[in-house]
Amino acid sequence: MTVRIVDRRFDSKNKSSVNRSRFIRRFKGQIRKAVAEAINRRGVRDLDNGEKIGIPGKDIAEPQFVHGSGGVREIVNPGNDRFSSGDLVERPQGGAGGQGSGRASQEGESLDDFVFTLTRDEFLDIFFDELALPNLVKRQLAHIEQYKRVRAGYTQSGVPTNINLGRTMRGAAGRRIAIGGPYSGQLRTLEAELKALLENPKPKDQPEIERIRREIAKLRAKIEALPFIDPFDLRYNARIRVPQPTTQAVMFCLLDVSGSMDEGRKNIAKRFFMLLYLFLTRNYERIEVVFIRHHTVASEVDEDDFFTSRESGGTVVSSALVLMHEIISARYPSSLWNIYGAQASDGDNWNDDSPRCRELLEESLLPLCQFFAYIEITEEAPQNLWEEYEKLQAIHAGHFAMQRIGSVTDIYPVFRELFKRRA
Amino acid sequence: MRKAAIAPLPTGSEWSFEALTEYDEAIGRVARAYGLDCYPHLLEVISAEQMMDAYASIGMPVYYHHWSFGKHFLATENRYKRGQMGLAYEIVINSNPCIAYLMDENTLPMQALVIAHAAYGHNSFFKGNHLFKQWTSADAIIDYLVFAKDYIAQCEERHGVEAVERLLDACHALLNVGVDRYKRSAKQSLEKETLRQKEREEYMQAQVNDLWRTLPPRREAEGLREEKRFPAEPEENLLYFIEKNAPLLEPWQREVVRIVRKIGQYFYPQRQTQVMNEGWACFWHYTLLNTLYDQGGLSDGFMLEFLQSHTNVVYQPPYNSPYYSGINPYALGFAMWRDIRRICETPTEEDREWFPDIAGSNWRETFDFAMQNFKDESFVAQYLSPRLMREFRFFSVLDDDTNEKLRIDAIHDDPGYRKLRRQLSEQYDLGSREPNIQVWNVDLRGDRSLTLRHFSHQRRPLSESCATVLEHVSYLWGFTVRLEQQSANGAVELLAEMKSEKRRPGNLSN
Repeated sequence: MTVRIVDRRFDSKNKSSVNRSRFIRRFKGQIRKAVAEAINRRGVRDLDNGEKIGIPGKDIAEPQFVHGSGGVREIVNPGNDRFSSGDLVERPQGGAGGQGSGRASQEGESLDDFVFTLTRDEFLDIFFDELALPNLVKRQLAHIEQYKRVRAGYTQSGVPTNINLGRTMRGAAGRRIAIGGPYSGQLRTLEAELKALLENPKPKDQPEIERIRREIAKLRAKIEALPFIDPFDLRYNARIRVPQPTTQAVMFCLLDVSGSMDEGRKNIAKRFFMLLYLFLTRNYERIEVVFIRHHTVASEVDEDDFFTSRESGGTVVSSALVLMHEIISARYPSSLWNIYGAQASDGDNWNDDSPRCRELLEESLLPLCQFFAYIEITEEAPQNLWEEYEKLQAIHAGHFAMQRIGSVTDIYPVFRELFKRRA
Repeated sequence: MRKAAIAPLPTGSEWSFEALTEYDEAIGRVARAYGLDCYPHLLEVISAEQMMDAYASIGMPVYYHHWSFGKHFLATENRYKRGQMGLAYEIVINSNPCIAYLMDENTLPMQALVIAHAAYGHNSFFKGNHLFKQWTSADAIIDYLVFAKDYIAQCEERHGVEAVERLLDACHALLNVGVDRYKRSAKQSLEKETLRQKEREEYMQAQVNDLWRTLPPRREAEGLREEKRFPAEPEENLLYFIEKNAPLLEPWQREVVRIVRKIGQYFYPQRQTQVMNEGWACFWHYTLLNTLYDQGGLSDGFMLEFLQSHTNVVYQPPYNSPYYSGINPYALGFAMWRDIRRICETPTEEDREWFPDIAGSNWRETFDFAMQNFKDESFVAQYLSPRLMREFRFFSVLDDDTNEKLRIDAIHDDPGYRKLRRQLSEQYDLGSREPNIQVWNVDLRGDRSLTLRHFSHQRRPLSESCATVLEHVSYLWGFTVRLEQQSANGAVELLAEMKSEKRRPGNLSN
């Protein structure tokens, strides 16, 4: 009797995926917190990976009735190298040695963080969840629709709907001509002969005429018998998937680092920048990010400095806009680059600077940009920068979006503007 | 076994289905020659990922869904990916036919090891050991799991995932106090189970209602009697008690409690026979493969790889090693079975004195007797020899929290052997390892509160998590739940109380 061996390797793989997603759903609160911390550690461009996160072990413990420490217990251990019966020993620290470590490690474990890895999709899901993005947008962000089908000549196989009639008929005609060619030649000669004979008919030619007529009939039948159309002639329109014509984009992150921007506000700004970056990665092959921070003067910095440093003092927003314009002129000609601008500020600005900002945007930046978004992270009454920008919004709707943000969930309306344009 | 040349088996590390079949045949032939009695078996080749899946659901091929299995999967996956652990070589399912998983990443010698270990070792243990025979129905388990999975999925559809999850959480918390330790129930099969489930549903609900009936005439009649205790005898199976008596559970909730309880019961023998079972399987893979080698079927390279894995599995680190995490059941079990064979075949004076029954007996008969009739606790108590205690250099440490220092109570010397053995045996007694908690009383006439009592052994307290577990109990019971502790001198103290008044929603507003 031979044994039965079943190959299950190709069976349903993710048998645990239901359990896994239940786990994540159940501890969404804790996971979300961990994800929030992870986002703070991440770079703006680093959204496409999974994340290893830890949540407190005690939250996810599965309690049972078990003994706690204390009381009298006696445990047998192996490997005696020094003890005789009756010896007194110091209590070891941390459960090693004399203690049966089974229970000790069980309890120890529950204090540690439970660490596991979220997949990219799970990570994005939670990330989006916080932003209160509607599903449609999530899907657009999470799934890369880079390919489109383009015509690429003809093939000999395909589905009936794709038959190209012109090509097929041309091929069929060619085939008929090619195969019928010799017959047609013979036919022409015979017809010429027949014609000659019939011009001055003589009785002795009668059998010859009959013969030629039979030949002609035979040849005609042969030509007739050639199929008008043959599977061989069929031609189909070929379509292949090619990556979407990809272009490049540059994203300008403008951040106000004056004294009034605290960590919380910067965090909201960071989420906003991340989201914009994610959106751009779905649409462009190559993206560069330029970080400009400003208080009274603006400077281009790398990402670390962008989020970490904090300066005090006043705010001159126009300095950043001027610098952005300079960088565009120097490095990113708008004929080659799609330019996106994202500006985050608490709305504080020198009064006489705000009209200048509006002018700068309207005259020099907006004509170059695909989209410019301004978020004001504050809960106080809008100041003059907001008022000036409002004038822009009326004129450049769909091109310019602005939003006042109190918490991360308010970011979405800015993006609605963005997606409306794309849809 | 005498030397008899047999055709050499395939070599190399790559396995193929043909090679597996050849190995299985050869190992099976040797196993039959030794008289191993096994269920027919089925080998299933799976990937590492599937192995982790199987881990997460306690090795079962079908199981209902619950977040905690997802947690175990994530934990396993994480450790595996970080390289902190290799996956177990094998998972074997106590069913008929017995199912053994082979992981496709294993080399050919490893697969042969797994076949010998699981498909012949564990398999014969499942078939022979009295606990498994008595408590588990190998023929029906897969059917029952299918039934359980479908039923719970149906409940989720009808009552919502959250409600079912809450219920399962509560049941899982009581899993270790939800087993019958002494009596067994009749065998079930899928059809019967489904058929009877509806019947049972109605019947049980009727029973419960009767228990809580508050019709006036009856009340008067009962009022005359002395206050009667309910349950009349303390009940140790909390899940069983709740399934039968919790006043407010819906019929489907009772069925879910029952499912969790049944499956928990199925695993109970495994927890009671770890040392014996693993030791038995290790002994047989070692013996079967060595016999095959002696017969000329295996190459030296094969044996080297096999012996290396084998040695890793049965290694016992000493108490002061950083790798020490208690006694390795594989090591102790393997050593004990080997030792029993030695006592049978070449007994010493000491052995004759300690084991007059088995010294010099036929080892195969002795083996079958021991395998069939013991569990870890009694196995150790019966067969642990002084020689093995010396080999393991066992010593017993007494930890009394009223003393400042630990005391070495016994070591591997003449006065210590019996004490050590008794101590080790008790260590494998689930009854003393797990807290003894019983349903003590239900206040039928009053607030319907349920009182559990913990009988403290050796002044050992319950861990702090007992308050959380009590919350689960009160969720199931629906009324106030109390946990008392009775110490050795009879003093009773209240440990925790969970007040709850879960009336039907309609009554809340009145």
